[in-house]
Amino acid sequence: MDTTVVILFLAIVLLTLVITFFAAKQTKSTGDFYTAGGGLTGWQNGLAIAGDYLSAASFLGIAGAIALNGFDGFFYSIGFLIAYLVVLFLVAEPLRNLGKYTLADMINSRFDKKKIRGAAALSTITIVLFYMIAQLVGAGALIQLLFEIDYWIAVLIVGVMMTIYVLFGGMIATSWVQITKAVLLMAGMVIISFLVLMKFNFNISAMFTEVKTATSHGADYLKPGLKYDDGLGTISLMIALVLGTSGLPHILMRFFTVKDARTARSSVITATWTIGIFYILTLFLGFGAAIFVGESQILGANPGGNMAAPLLAEAIGGNILFAFISAVAFATILAVVAGLVLSGASAFAHDIYGQIIKKGNVTDREQMLAARYAALAVSVVSILLALGAQNLNVAFLVSLAFCIAASANLPVILYTVYWKRFNSQGAIMAILFGLISALVLVSISPSVFSPVEGAALFVGNPIFPLENPAIVSVPLGFLGGYLGTIFSKENDLKRYAEVKVKANTGYRKSS
Amino acid sequence: MNGEHERIEEHREDEIDFVEVEKSSQFKSFMEGKRKFIIPMSIFFLVFYFLLPLFTSYTTFLNTPVFGDITWVWVFAFAQFVMVWVLSTIYVKRAASFDDEADQIIEDQIKQGGNS
Repeated sequence: MDTTVVILFLAIVLLTLVITFFAAKQTKSTGDFYTAGGGLTGWQNGLAIAGDYLSAASFLGIAGAIALNGFDGFFYSIGFLIAYLVVLFLVAEPLRNLGKYTLADMINSRFDKKKIRGAAALSTITIVLFYMIAQLVGAGALIQLLFEIDYWIAVLIVGVMMTIYVLFGGMIATSWVQITKAVLLMAGMVIISFLVLMKFNFNISAMFTEVKTATSHGADYLKPGLKYDDGLGTISLMIALVLGTSGLPHILMRFFTVKDARTARSSVITATWTIGIFYILTLFLGFGAAIFVGESQILGANPGGNMAAPLLAEAIGGNILFAFISAVAFATILAVVAGLVLSGASAFAHDIYGQIIKKGNVTDREQMLAARYAALAVSVVSILLALGAQNLNVAFLVSLAFCIAASANLPVILYTVYWKRFNSQGAIMAILFGLISALVLVSISPSVFSPVEGAALFVGNPIFPLENPAIVSVPLGFLGGYLGTIFSKENDLKRYAEVKVKANTGYRKSS
Repeated sequence: MNGEHERIEEHREDEIDFVEVEKSSQFKSFMEGKRKFIIPMSIFFLVFYFLLPLFTSYTTFLNTPVFGDITWVWVFAFAQFVMVWVLSTIYVKRAASFDDEADQIIEDQIKQGGNS
């Protein structure tokens, strides 16, 4: 391992620990623990949202996907970005106005049913667990490559760090780790893109011309269809990206860390600009890697293309830039998994323990203790699962997480806020239909079954043809909510009037 | 101390008739304004977004060059970014006026218990 890499790596670890130390002093109540007391400003929360979203999968994954697949890699950038319009126009403000800590809080503002809270907590926990295992396995493999250490040590380092942040510093520490990382990551992206563009005298057209001959795909590299040649599959992926983002629990949780819907809105704007610029820059990273690193070297380092960005940094900026980008990648992984632990813990401790088992009769002290135990439990379980999953192909877990978020969470959010006739039967059915259809369809899809050994989890022929079943499972989530509603007579118009007024005006008891 | 405070607030909330607030012409015109803005905008950006995979999957006209080796598909992709920035700016502008209306409703309707 290189000395510069070690120094920067330790600097990141130290910096995050200092942040956690100060955050721990400020974490005095349950509200502080889950939502930083709602005390983040718009731009702080915006950077933290950007940080939550710009995971290692975005940073390393998309750069690699563009480097290897040209335009088709860029589909991800566009899908993630447009998702923010869905969040801004339809989700952010009602969610902030109705909820307290979790998605279940928001749905329960309309229906006081334990079953619904349980169902919402179940979908949150499922998404968090799958997404987390995928992140941890990816992180382990990546850190193994970057720092030349064993997989299990890599997973343990990441696991222990994320546990420390969350356990001691709660949302305050997680947010500031996220903000720090977002700034470092943007700096890294800008530096690399600048260096790439400089090689072409800042002539973007020249870069396009150069990349046309740089890969084995020739002119096809710049055309769509290199990887996603099936229309339905592409559209289904785009549905999962655009609707899944707006249903991911660690993203939703970010709207409770600000004091009101106005601040939530301004944070989405900061996030949208940051993320938009970031995703444009992924293009320069991808093209740069294709030109200056080359396909065979990228594939040689990692078949998924995850090493494209660090290798490009090395090729154009030398050892120091490589060390910097590696350290940023490490920080990225830490921050995202910490956010996931926190959203999983809130579903366990707040929804299941606090509201369902204890019926809300818990003191603040008990709640915070429960939250810390839950955070510890979520961390330990996911570390153990990640250690066991080293040799599995876990790529399907990410598409699963997005599919569940799009199919189980988004329909119920939209119905709760916008549909007058909606009732509790409908809410349960929307969540369960979406959750179960996403789970079943992914488990019989090409992401899980492939005739080629090692290409997926199991060898065999997939029954369902699409890797991403969102095109079927999202409509099923909406259908479940519709059928559940119309087959039950229940309909509380008085309660809906209250929800509608509160969701739209931001009126709260304390205001 | 905090608990007691909340109980008092809850008691007051019981007296608010949200059905009346919802039926008021002030709230109705507020919602109408929001609906007229949010629904067309949302349909627009979703259609604009899904046109990209539809065109790339079922047509080839986006592969025509615009400038050097940059084809229409790249222009369309960048247009998505521009759309996001433009729409989010418009949203913030509009939302500021919605905020004023919302504050007015809280003042005129909710704080009067919905009976005004």
